[in-house]
Amino acid sequence: MSLPATAVMRLILRRELKLSFRRPDQLVQPLVFFLIVATLFPLAMNPQLPVLRQIAPGVLWVGALLSSLLAVEGMFRGDADDGTLEQMVLSGHGLSLIVTAKTLAHWLISGVALVLVSPLMATALNVPSSAFALIMAGLALGTLTLSWLGAIGAALTVGLKRGSVMLSLIVLPLAMPLLIFGASATDRAITGDSVAGPMYLLGALCLFTTSLAPFAAAAALRITLE
Amino acid sequence: MNWTWFHRLASPPHVYRLATRLAPWLYAGAALGIAYGLIAGLFFAPPDYQQGDAFRIIYVHAPSAWLSLSAYTTMALAGAVALVWRIKIGYAVAAACAPIGASFTIGALITGSLWGRPMWGTYWAWDPRLTSELILLFLYFGIISLRQAFDDPARGDRAAAVLGLVGVVNVPIIHYSVQWWNSLHQGATLAKWAKPSMPGSMLVPLLSVLLGFMLFFGAVLCTRLRAEVLVRERQSNWINEMVSIP
Repeated sequence: MSLPATAVMRLILRRELKLSFRRPDQLVQPLVFFLIVATLFPLAMNPQLPVLRQIAPGVLWVGALLSSLLAVEGMFRGDADDGTLEQMVLSGHGLSLIVTAKTLAHWLISGVALVLVSPLMATALNVPSSAFALIMAGLALGTLTLSWLGAIGAALTVGLKRGSVMLSLIVLPLAMPLLIFGASATDRAITGDSVAGPMYLLGALCLFTTSLAPFAAAAALRITLE
Repeated sequence: MNWTWFHRLASPPHVYRLATRLAPWLYAGAALGIAYGLIAGLFFAPPDYQQGDAFRIIYVHAPSAWLSLSAYTTMALAGAVALVWRIKIGYAVAAACAPIGASFTIGALITGSLWGRPMWGTYWAWDPRLTSELILLFLYFGIISLRQAFDDPARGDRAAAVLGLVGVVNVPIIHYSVQWWNSLHQGATLAKWAKPSMPGSMLVPLLSVLLGFMLFFGAVLCTRLRAEVLVRERQSNWINEMVSIP
């Protein structure tokens, strides 16, 4: 009870990271899913190199969106099933603090991995390597925003039987603005234009969700857990 | 200042009676406003100098689009009131709003695409207005199905209210994002219609239909709210007293 906020966050962060690295399949599955989704587009469309370069931003961002959705589903489920989440709620530490730590851990595992893999996929889509740094920066901001939106969705659906369909129904509309800015930033990075505008907006969305989503997700958890 | 009338709005029996009393008046006003506006707009307003008679669909389209947004705002506000002050009737209002708002959104989308066909040559364009309206429809669907997904209706209500509030934060973001997004890709298809300066003979019918639609929204809200209250309060004494045959 007397633990300071930073210690609580550090403990939860460490616990979440340890748990995920003990189950590496959960770490790898969303990544493989991302690679498969990104592979589907060239197969379904005209795989000519200039065309691929044109669709690359959309493919990368839709892939990131879907794989983040897949990864976020289990964010609260395991802890809700074995009662850990209830103990966290009862612990007396702010629930939004706990949600923040869990979301950051989730992003460190799934988001960062996706960002690291993205140059591989970008190469396959004929994106020039000069754009990689900007694409990764944009995806880093984007995946964190997605983790926050996903945390709200996962918190709202944690008690539901068919939660995964519900989760996508909730999160996808909320993520559409992010998709627009993200794809536009990546598009500009590939064509060599200035990415400042959409990148600032990605940063703004990221800060906005970081500041408000913990409270929304905590409120949602309180509702679904009681 | 006496605030009893305000506090009584939290009481389901009072709201039920109020909605029962108000609904006929609202329906009558809606019928008048819509009838006058449509007759004046469809038959007596002059044709547009560019669009001819095709512009007349604005008399259904613009009020639907406007109501689709204000129904969302009403729903989110009712949900917020219910969450913050734990006033249960707010959930009933929010639950009653959602299908109406979704219907207005569908109406706006359909009339818009019918209008788009002769004007733009296509039923659908990935234009900011159209896209944001479509996202609004998805938000409505998410909120409606989240409410129904819970076995316990009280939890469904609260979860839907939280999602409604999260979505309301998103509405201006949606609006501006698609504006900027569009400006990157294609020229402004809508620019010449951005500020339709209308003569009075076109504008007055439009405002009349708009008022009629607002009253219609209120009327349908009253009807749906009565049904919601009946379902939610079915265990309570006042309903048993009301429906029991002596």
